[in-house]
Amino acid sequence: MLSFNFEQKIVKHVSLKPFKSIGIGVAFSPNLKANLFEAARLSVFFDAKLFLIHVGEPSEEKTNGLNEILKSFEKDQLNFEVVFKTGDPVDVILSTSEEKKIDLLILGAVQRERFVKYYVGSIARKITRQAKCSILLLVKPSVVRAPCQHIVVNGLKDPKTESTITAAFYVANQLKAKKVTIVEEINEEQVTVKVDDDKSLRRATIIKERIKLRENSRIKEIISHIPVECTTEKSIKLQPIFGKKGYSIGHYAQIMRADLLVMNAPTKMTFWDRLFPHDIEHILTELPTDVLILQ
Amino acid sequence: MSSKKNNIATFFQTLPKNIFSGFVVSLIALPLGLGLAMASDAPPIAGIISAVIGGIVVSILGGSHVTIVGPGNGLVGVILVAITTLGLQNAYIAIVFSGVLLMGLGFLRMGALANFFPSSAIQGMLAAIGLIILGKQFHIMFAHKIKREDTIDYLLEIPFTINDALHYESKGLVFAALAGVISLAIMLFYSKIRNKYLQLIPAPMWIVILSIGFSYYFEIGLHEPNPIAKEYMISGIPSFQDIIADIPTPNFSGIWNFPFWASVLALTLIASIESLLSIKAVDKLDPEKRRSNVNRDLKALGLATIGSGFLGGLNVVTVIARSSVNVNNGATNRSANFFHAFFLVLFIVLFSTQLTRIPLPALMAILVYTGYKLASPNVITKIFSIGKEQLVIFFVTLIITLKIGLISGIISGVIATLIIHIIINKSAGLFLRNVLKPNVLMYQETDEQHNFYVSVKHFCSFLNYYRLKEQLDAVPENQDIIVDFSLCEFVDHTVMENMNNYQELFQKRGGHFDVVGLDMHDTDSKHPFALRRMLPVPKIIKNSLTRRQTSMKSLAKDYNYNYSSKKEKEVSFLNNFQFFNTKNINHVYNKLSHEDKKMKLFDIEFSEGEFIAKEVIRKTMLYINLNHNIPEFTLDKEGFLEKVSALAGIKDIDIENHDDFSDRFFLLGENVNEISQFFNDDITHFFESNPYYHVESNGSALLIFGRQRLAGMKEIKALFDFGKRLKAVIS
Repeated sequence: MLSFNFEQKIVKHVSLKPFKSIGIGVAFSPNLKANLFEAARLSVFFDAKLFLIHVGEPSEEKTNGLNEILKSFEKDQLNFEVVFKTGDPVDVILSTSEEKKIDLLILGAVQRERFVKYYVGSIARKITRQAKCSILLLVKPSVVRAPCQHIVVNGLKDPKTESTITAAFYVANQLKAKKVTIVEEINEEQVTVKVDDDKSLRRATIIKERIKLRENSRIKEIISHIPVECTTEKSIKLQPIFGKKGYSIGHYAQIMRADLLVMNAPTKMTFWDRLFPHDIEHILTELPTDVLILQ
Repeated sequence: MSSKKNNIATFFQTLPKNIFSGFVVSLIALPLGLGLAMASDAPPIAGIISAVIGGIVVSILGGSHVTIVGPGNGLVGVILVAITTLGLQNAYIAIVFSGVLLMGLGFLRMGALANFFPSSAIQGMLAAIGLIILGKQFHIMFAHKIKREDTIDYLLEIPFTINDALHYESKGLVFAALAGVISLAIMLFYSKIRNKYLQLIPAPMWIVILSIGFSYYFEIGLHEPNPIAKEYMISGIPSFQDIIADIPTPNFSGIWNFPFWASVLALTLIASIESLLSIKAVDKLDPEKRRSNVNRDLKALGLATIGSGFLGGLNVVTVIARSSVNVNNGATNRSANFFHAFFLVLFIVLFSTQLTRIPLPALMAILVYTGYKLASPNVITKIFSIGKEQLVIFFVTLIITLKIGLISGIISGVIATLIIHIIINKSAGLFLRNVLKPNVLMYQETDEQHNFYVSVKHFCSFLNYYRLKEQLDAVPENQDIIVDFSLCEFVDHTVMENMNNYQELFQKRGGHFDVVGLDMHDTDSKHPFALRRMLPVPKIIKNSLTRRQTSMKSLAKDYNYNYSSKKEKEVSFLNNFQFFNTKNINHVYNKLSHEDKKMKLFDIEFSEGEFIAKEVIRKTMLYINLNHNIPEFTLDKEGFLEKVSALAGIKDIDIENHDDFSDRFFLLGENVNEISQFFNDDITHFFESNPYYHVESNGSALLIFGRQRLAGMKEIKALFDFGKRLKAVIS
């Protein structure tokens, strides 16, 4: 009992209020206002400082423009700073993030023409791969707030998962989302029996049931460590899925029309991972909804 | 332990049945084996050898239950080429190697191989094989042996052969041709005659019995020699001792050349496709509804082929016609296959000399009939009804197979299908971008019904069907499964046909297989297997109904309701419901309604949020108009509606003395007193004892729906039934 409390305290200490400073790349595009509004709202929600990173020469005009847009957030005590720096966009944003100790970087997605499909553009993709902080990919930034109701979070068997789930609940709490679904993607390799006939099918089904129970109890254990104030009054669902890691969860979030998908950051990224996309790379080519990648 | 004993007991109980059906099958296998071997230019006994070896090996080691193995129709063309180019001895070695490859396929779990080919291309290939068999054997049937280069030449020559046959002068040839024509007539009309005694013996065996009887009639009755010309009698059926003595000694010296390995590949490809398709078809016939272990069967077939090749036999494949006869005669397990082999051995040991009394044209008539069945005009009309594009694929495969060869034929069929798919979708990117993506998601829904839900993204065609198949095969057939194609832009004919097969399979085994989300797709033909493509701008009038829509139509008919698949924009009757306060209804479609307008069931498309975060959602809902007024309320599963409550600022209403109800349901409404009164014992008990639905009242009508998606047929029926009973309880 004692140890349990101790652990709970540690978790609380480590992962609550994970975002103290939020960064966003600013380009003077038609989407600027929507992007800034989203970033500003989040900064207010998380009580974090907002850094507007602009790749280019500083100018009075630009600063004034940004101040003008963010004026409406004055009443919320939004604390923001504009950073001007010239150079390669990827390098600028990455280096600024490190200098300013940004915990969460917001990036916009691109919509595939004619279709309601989103993907991450090349610059944002490079940043996502290299960034050492958490990333939020927005598919449809808007000036008016679209309420966030349903959050889907991964429950992979991974050391990072516990803090990811905890952070997801924290985000859910701050954004007042009422429904959290934890998707346990289970590698089909784990089902040791290959389905060939009725007998092997029966055995495979039993094994799958067992894995599901095991996964669910693992996640329940994690949830039990999360401070109660984050988990009460939420409908929490566990959904085990046998499928491709990183892809199934996106597909699921799309079907469920989740408002936010929260995922672990990939452990390592090698040349081969890009050639044979897996994990996060799948999500980047087909953004199902807003995606939060937690470091 | 006891179940094992039980198995042995059932095995012995069903043994007589299996012996009998093995016997009946051997009656067909004997003439077919001889005929198929001769059609492939191999010694007639080779066909029997492969059936015997196959029957013994596969019945012991195989993974299917009621299949019969032996020489196959499909392989005639390939073996013919192998024997003419390599010579008989090397052809046997090629057969041995194809057996090794086949076993390899089994070990690599390539049982899904047959699914990588578009079904119209496979149809085209089979038709080509049919024409190869028919074209060559037709002339022999008319006692007119000819030798041509090309199958097409054989086909073109058919009218001349008939003309020649009408002017035969030699009595021997006339009798030979007559034997052929009569045999063909027996094959054609056998199934039309319904006579208990006649049907006891299969048609091919009648041909054998009649020809042997005819020959004895001349020999013993008339003391004359058989009038059929000597060269048109089966020759070279060795006695059993000779077969043992004549086992060829394998010689591996001639294998290092291209034609040899091309033959090996072709043999393997066709043998595996023919076997896999047959196993799939026979599984559908199995009265005990078992699932065959195809990979294990492939290994057994490979081993049998190796043995057969060494002993001077042909490739061993699973054959559909003999297997279906096996099922029809009451076979229940693999022992029938074994006994079929056993009786074949018995026939050869006892009657090998009698077999030389069978005229060649009679035997070839059986093959002409099989060839005709593979390439019959029915096949073409069926494919045409599915879509014109399928006919193109069919003919491309057919013609290239006839002109060049089987491998080129099937490859060109695949390429043609791919090109047609790209043209239809006006996009190659759709396929290139997404072919490698794991686009199939399956999970078991965590609510009380535990349905399996499968969603397919991007496109689903023969290229990536194996992914869908893999998931579907992992679901026991007595479960409920819903396959959703609404995120899929394109679904091809191969997939549609397979979905239909699954639907039948699940239905037979007590499960339920529903396909949803195709209502937005367009087709060219009315056939249920036609390929479907998502339309960017949905058409008002669509060509054809999906299977779900036809099922809804027949459901409507059962209840005397009207069904309309059209989209209706007039949805004012839904406006007073709380649920739609924040939503924008686009239209309702697939509507079931009654003239009295009391109950309506429909699919609805609405969008949540306006332009900023617009999302289109489709659901199935039931609307009940009540005669009297009831309080306005919303009822759903506990914990599901809280976000609505937060918006409206209303609290969950607890009904006194119904703790279970209050615990499990979330009840909202403004007029707490009226609602508490309305939820009397009957109504609360009704909700407690029935599945969860979202139920909402706007004062004079009820809106009921279940899920976040379109409902499958079974769910529609359940929803309908729930609504009817609820209505009865309320009024």
